Order: sequence, then structure tokens, then C-alpha cells
Amino acid sequence: MPVWEIIGPVMVGPSSSHTAGAAHIGRIVRMCWGGEIKKAALYMRGSFASTGAGHGTDKALVAGLMGMRPDDPGIRRAFGLAREAGLEFEFHTEEVAGAHPNSVRVVVTGEGRAMEAVGYSIGGGAVMLHKLDGFQVDISCALPAVIIMNRDVQGVVSAVTSYLSAHGVNIATMKLHRDSRGGLATMVIELDPAGADVDAEVMKNMHPGIVRVIKIEGED
Amino acid sequence: MLKAVEKIVALAEEKKISFPEAVIILDSKDSGIEAKEIRARMAERLADMRRSVKEACANEIPCRIEAPMGAKLRARGGGMAGEFIAAASATAMEVASYNAVMGRIVAAPTAGSCGIIPGMIFAWEFFRGGGKDTDELLTGALITAGAVGEVTAFRATLAGADGGCQAECGAAAAMGSAALVYLEGGSPPACAHAAAMTFKSVLGLVCDPVGGLVECPCIKRNGILVANGVLCADMALAGIESAIPLDEVIDSMGQIGRMMAPALRETSQGGLAVTQAAAEIVKRIGETGKLGG
Repeated sequence: MPVWEIIGPVMVGPSSSHTAGAAHIGRIVRMCWGGEIKKAALYMRGSFASTGAGHGTDKALVAGLMGMRPDDPGIRRAFGLAREAGLEFEFHTEEVAGAHPNSVRVVVTGEGRAMEAVGYSIGGGAVMLHKLDGFQVDISCALPAVIIMNRDVQGVVSAVTSYLSAHGVNIATMKLHRDSRGGLATMVIELDPAGADVDAEVMKNMHPGIVRVIKIEGED
Repeated sequence: MLKAVEKIVALAEEKKISFPEAVIILDSKDSGIEAKEIRARMAERLADMRRSVKEACANEIPCRIEAPMGAKLRARGGGMAGEFIAAASATAMEVASYNAVMGRIVAAPTAGSCGIIPGMIFAWEFFRGGGKDTDELLTGALITAGAVGEVTAFRATLAGADGGCQAECGAAAAMGSAALVYLEGGSPPACAHAAAMTFKSVLGLVCDPVGGLVECPCIKRNGILVANGVLCADMALAGIESAIPLDEVIDSMGQIGRMMAPALRETSQGGLAVTQAAAEIVKRIGETGKLGG
């Protein structure tokens, strides 16, 4: 962590992992959903479940789902603001063996579709998006990124990397997962911030095997 | 990532530059970010910190366990600890209280210890900064403090859950003491000695928040540890040196943290958190313990 991040982040208190991290996770879930969220169920695990109310973790998560950043003073009034914005939310707790102690599973529904994400807080306001719709992604969202869900067929990686190369975008890291040969696969690509402006719609049409493209903005 | 304070001090001595100038050279080399940009980012942090102090002093939202303390300490005046420490401590407790009620603060290095550094540097500005370009100096102070924190994060930890309160409030006070030595025109080695002596004064400090909230004893520890850091800065400026170098003191802090039982590391399963009074407080705040409106 560089020196200016040790003095920071600028955040709404009282806890960098339980409040700032939670807001960050909510915001990432919103980016994955790709628009306004109208209904969400949140399943708190571990320390999020046991100390979340006292740390405002619940408010910070809801604030994040509305797109607020960890330093937004509106976090304190998040529940009221969510009601005004027509965001329905409910909290549950769950015990999951081996789950990260500061984690939450979020199920978003609406527009005839559903999405499930699991995120956790790793301290100092930093977080990981652990799973998305059952796929392990493990992405910190510190850098801009694209998550591509595709059928495991030949040529998808090449189509995607060609697109990035043609648009002058440099790949920082790249991870590939698949559930089975010929089944569903995900590609998680972190991009260098310079020139990271990619078009998710265009990328989706790069190859018939691509099912979904999710774009995640990095931190400022 | 800065891995040793020794390297910063050696570079500063060799080039005859200040502690923060040496930090910027090393950090810039490591991150590829220009020196000017690093300074600009820290100047922004200073502005945010200044705003958080202003908001914290005007805050009227009450904490759940603790009553307001800053104004009381200021009102006493002429106390034994002196005006500087009373003012720094009052500010530290106000900022930490503001954090507890979800106010917007700068984690320095963490949210739980966010009052200490602003308490120290803004007291310095008020009492000793007259006629100087304090924004420029305080930016350098934050870079000095940040470097001590950066090395601590690398060699030990800045998380209460890993190292106890010595890693949060203790680190903040050590970072702040190095910053004060810089502000007073002390030498780079003196910055390191001040931080080393401050860390030595908190070794073994447990993290035992009542009810798991960042409130009791956190807010008062913010106020109290300001005094350790200020005194250690004075000691270092007087030429007193730590026999154990700062990097090795930080290593010890990390080792002690790992040896501490988990009950004493932010789990609220030991220490003050399991006293009879704590149990009564937890029962009293019960369902009303939720934050915000």
C-alpha cells in the first residue's frame, strides 16, 4: 500500500472493513447488475452478521447498492433513501462453512432476471468480489475489469483479447475458469486504467459463444 | 512498498534532505507515480482531514455508549498535561466520536484510530505553526506519518484483528510522533526514534471493544495516546534515542500481536469487553444500538 493510502481512505465511519468495505461491495454488485437495483436480499455471514448492525454494515451495503461511495455522508440515511428510491431490501444471516468472516451474499432480482454475488472485506476498505452467479471470480475491483461469461468453445479468448488489443487496452491480469469442458466458462480480465474504456455491448457481440459481459469501473 | 524506515533515514542523511522528501523519492521509484502527484494526493488527504475535524467539532449526534468528551477537556484549561496535549487530545476524541456515529473521516491508519494524527498535527499548527506555510508543512507531516505506517503494514500489521490496539491507536501515535518531530525541524533519525519510543509505550495493547463497537475504549484511547506520541517527539527532539531501532520495534509489535490470544484482538471476547459493566452496557443499548437514522 503506498503512503497516501495509509493515510486514508476517506470514509464514513466507524470501521474500514465493516462500513467502507461493505459500501464498496454494494457498489460492485450494482456494477455487475448493470443498472438500477429494485430488489435485493442480503445474507450476512460471520462478523458481518454478528457486528454488522452496530457498524452500520447493513446501511453501507444498501448505500452501495444505490451507487454511493464509501465516503458518501448519505450512508447514514441509506435505509430512508432506499425507500424513497424504491429499492426493496431484506437482510438475513447465514452460516456457511469456510466462508470469509467478513462476507455477504447478495441476491438481486428484477426485470425478469436474477443475479447472485458473494463479496468480502479484506481490511482497510479493500474488498474482493468472490463469486458471481456461482463462478469464482476473486477480483479486487481496484483496477477496471471485464468479466465475460461464455460457452466453453474455441475462439472466445482470442476474440476478446483481439478486441482489447485493437482498442489499445492493456491487460493487467487474466483468469479463466470453466465448470466443465464445453460447459460454461468465465474470463476475468483486469485492465490498466489508461485507455480502459471498453464497450460491453460491442464485446458481447464479438463471438457467438459469449453470453454476458460485465464491466467494472476501477477505483478513482 | 517501503519495507524499512532505516532506508528512508539513510537516504535522507546521504542526500541531506528531509524525511518526507526521502519517502517521496523511494515511493515514486516503487510506484512509478511522480513525486509531484504523490504530494498532491497527500495534500488532498490533508484537506479531507481538516474538513473532518471541523465537522467532528460541530457534530451533535450522540454516541451510544460514550458521552461527549472533547469540550469537557478543553473547558478545564490550564491542566497538568498542558494546553498542547489537552487540545490535541480533545480533537482526537471528537474525531473518533464522529467516526463512531458514521461521520466522514480519514482512516489514519484505520477508522478506529482516526483521531490521533489530526489531533496531533492540528494542535501543532495552532500552537506552533504561526507565520509558516502550514499546508505545505502538514502535507510533509502526513507523508512522514504515512511512511511509518507503510513500513508497519509491511513488517507487522495495522489491523486490530491481527495485532490488537497497539497496531491501530499505537501505530497512529507512533506515526504522529514522527510527524511532529519533522514539523519541529528535527532530524530524520529523530523522527524514527520518536516513533520507536511511542511504539514501545504501547506494546501489548489489546483491542477489546465493548459490544464490538468502535467506541469504548476506542475513543478515549485516541485521546490518551496523543500524549504518548507528543512526549516521545519531545524526547527525540531533546536527543534521546531508542536503543532498539524503529524497524526492530515494529517487528516486535508484530510478534507480540501474533502471540496475543484471539480473545484480545477485536473479537470482544476478552479484556474490558467482558467486564460486568460492559455486559450491562450491551444490555442497555440492546436494540437501540443500531447506527444512524
